Amino acid sequence: MKARIHVFLKPGVLDPQGAAVAGALKTMGYSEVTEARQGKLIELELTGDDKAEAEARVREMCDKLLANPVIENFTVEIE
Amino acid sequence: MKSAVIVFPGSNCDRDAHDAIERVTGHAPAMVWHQESELPDGTEFVMVPGGFSYGDYLRCGAMASRSAIIPALRAHAERGAPILGVCNGFQVLTETGLLPGALMRNAGLTFICEKAPLTIENGNTQFTSAYGGQREVVFPIAHHDGNYFADAATLDRLEGEGQVVFRYANNPNGSARDIAGITNARGTIMGMMPHPERAVDADHGGTDGLGVFESLLGSA
Repeated sequence: MKARIHVFLKPGVLDPQGAAVAGALKTMGYSEVTEARQGKLIELELTGDDKAEAEARVREMCDKLLANPVIENFTVEIE
Repeated sequence: MKSAVIVFPGSNCDRDAHDAIERVTGHAPAMVWHQESELPDGTEFVMVPGGFSYGDYLRCGAMASRSAIIPALRAHAERGAPILGVCNGFQVLTETGLLPGALMRNAGLTFICEKAPLTIENGNTQFTSAYGGQREVVFPIAHHDGNYFADAATLDRLEGEGQVVFRYANNPNGSARDIAGITNARGTIMGMMPHPERAVDADHGGTDGLGVFESLLGSA
């Protein structure tokens, strides 16, 4: 199985890298861009075939290491 | 005072911490590798040094804060014994949850290496008592991720309880409310981005950092 984890900054947390990306896109002429938020995509290869158990374990990994609950939210997809 | 400095792969201020502690206490600290599971018997003070543990991968301090030595650091904290985390050490202490908030990428996105004028907001902590009435100090800063963040309620609590110890005179990195250093609620753990251990010798360009270590020595 594969787990795909998206980690992104919580709404309201300043994202200076995202702001720089949005600024660059605007400079390039993409005036429709109003905001950019930059996050992380983490993919894990997993053994086992129980998707529900895998998701529970991956969420635990996010709580313990992969995301910082002070500043970040995350989503988990198992496939 | 019996001290220890924790060393992670990528720490690079561990020797500065060692020398500052030895200069002020007269005793060299134990250098404790992160894979150890215990601090030396009788350790009274622990310093978590600056650097780039694990290459700042994932988040600054994230991997270091899950090291084998961390349960021993937590036990030391629970006993109310003092801990000082500087720069990457501050990031490690927030990642462990021993201090509130998080350190994010500098608002200007650049690595900043300069002398930072600071205001001592609380001179009654065990990390600042030796400064007496002195309010202005200058410590070096050298970081890419020193932008202190916490939610508004946490910031209000920190300010209300006197846990904001150092503030930047000229905020270099976007830190909330100009915060450069904080303590935990008990006042036993301090984290700060500026480097007191790099300002303990005239050849460093200043000795303003001595007061942090002299304060600790006086309280031991």
